[in-house]
Amino acid sequence: MTVVTEDKTTAVVQKPGAVRINWVRSAPWLYTIGLFVVWELLVIAFDTPVTILPAPSRIFQAIVQYWSPIWKNSLQTLFTTTLGFGLAVIGGLAIGLFIGWSKTIYAGLYPLMIGFNAIPKVAVVPILVIWFGIGTIPAVITAFLISFFPIVVNVATGLATIEPETEDVLRALGARKIDIMLKVGIPRSMPYFFGSLKIAITLAFVGSVLSETVASNYGLGNMMSSAQSQFNVPLVFAGLLMLAIEGIAMYALMAWIEKRMTGWAHRSTMAN
Amino acid sequence: MPHLVSIDDVDMRYGGVDGTLAVSGLTMRVDRGDFAAVVGPSGCGKSTLMKLVTGLHIPQAGTVIVAGQHVTKPVSIVGMAFQNPTMLPWRTTLENILLPLEIVEKHRHRLRANKKEYVEQAENLLELVGLKGFGSKFPWQLSGGMQQRANLCRALIHQPDLLMLDEPFGALDAFTREELWCVIRDLHAAQGVTIVLVTHDLREASFLADKIFVMSARPGRIVREHRVPFARPRDLELMYEKEFNDLVHQLHGEIATARMAA
Repeated sequence: MTVVTEDKTTAVVQKPGAVRINWVRSAPWLYTIGLFVVWELLVIAFDTPVTILPAPSRIFQAIVQYWSPIWKNSLQTLFTTTLGFGLAVIGGLAIGLFIGWSKTIYAGLYPLMIGFNAIPKVAVVPILVIWFGIGTIPAVITAFLISFFPIVVNVATGLATIEPETEDVLRALGARKIDIMLKVGIPRSMPYFFGSLKIAITLAFVGSVLSETVASNYGLGNMMSSAQSQFNVPLVFAGLLMLAIEGIAMYALMAWIEKRMTGWAHRSTMAN
Repeated sequence: MPHLVSIDDVDMRYGGVDGTLAVSGLTMRVDRGDFAAVVGPSGCGKSTLMKLVTGLHIPQAGTVIVAGQHVTKPVSIVGMAFQNPTMLPWRTTLENILLPLEIVEKHRHRLRANKKEYVEQAENLLELVGLKGFGSKFPWQLSGGMQQRANLCRALIHQPDLLMLDEPFGALDAFTREELWCVIRDLHAAQGVTIVLVTHDLREASFLADKIFVMSARPGRIVREHRVPFARPRDLELMYEKEFNDLVHQLHGEIATARMAA
């Protein structure tokens, strides 16, 4: 699951004078560059029209050319996504703790949640537009709706999988439900919670861009749909590239937070 | 003198009227300061016995009395330790050991103000089980045997009258196990705590206990009660003497019979 791992290959003996390349560390960059190079070559080889598949060089050119709208819309999308995601973190944590609290609540709410999650969010956006109009609010809400489910499930799982022995030891001492939750359940579910943030943040982008595409005058989704209607395919791809970059950045941030907050769950055995 | 633990004609059935009957007609008594061991074939309701005494389960029939109190809810004068040490990995060993004090009604309100005194107590226990200086380590930095020692400390920190051990040494290698037998023997001698040890290791039971209860196959009840005659303090060498082996042999025979009856 963990994508960002510390690499332990730095202990390689260095020959004096020779610059050694750390292949593990540079691999992400090399592979990305490789993808673009292959893409570029394929486009040249098959002489693909720019309206079907523009070459990376053409896309970068579009990024430079339309930098001002791309930057503005990227910030807008990042804003709606982060806001929706933030709400999902608060809501997901609260509902997850609530569901994990008791078997009855779990049994009662879980089917509802699954049904709710199964509804395609694209079908919800028109309803949100009726309620709130087009623009930022439906995008934030869609990002929230799509990303809070994994958080809920993970927090509830963390609470539901407390070892029965731990619970017995504490209950025998006269611990109340709230004690067990505070001392064991919540700290225990934190690795699950932080792990779910990585999934949730990528989903949040899906939600916000979806809503922007259907019902907004701002954001990368809107920018790409209007570029598409003008057959400005390089700009569409430029939007996709920006989304990918924002997605990777936010994911890396979540992975970093996860590592910082729950280091004990990523221990290596007997490490001192 | 009234017994610390007295169980009378107890029936415990899991899962409603048609569920499995775990123990039936169970009767046993443990005196204050005693070291009792419970042995029996697997699945005979030894763990049920633990839960009955600690008040985690309330029996459908019969009475369980601990320290003169009819058990109707969890009794906090009991410390428990299981085969799985279940240390919380986000707390240091010392914080793990102090955990019961954050729960038990008598201590939880004094803990913050008297932290120093409690930490000192915990350090003493750590020293007693041979873990001096390991309090600041995280449990996952300790070996299995060390974790089990810490687990014993956690079970003892709130100075329980009764210590319930459910196969605490089951997952350890033979040498570590013998070391911990000595630890528990010395704890019993030093603290005067009453101990009930549930085990399937007959040598362990014979070496440590004053009284051995042999249980039948499910539904469990006590079929035989042995007084262990060996004088204290006992040495590990005891296990190579004839009387010791005779006792183990006899216990083995009884359990084999109990299994056959099932």
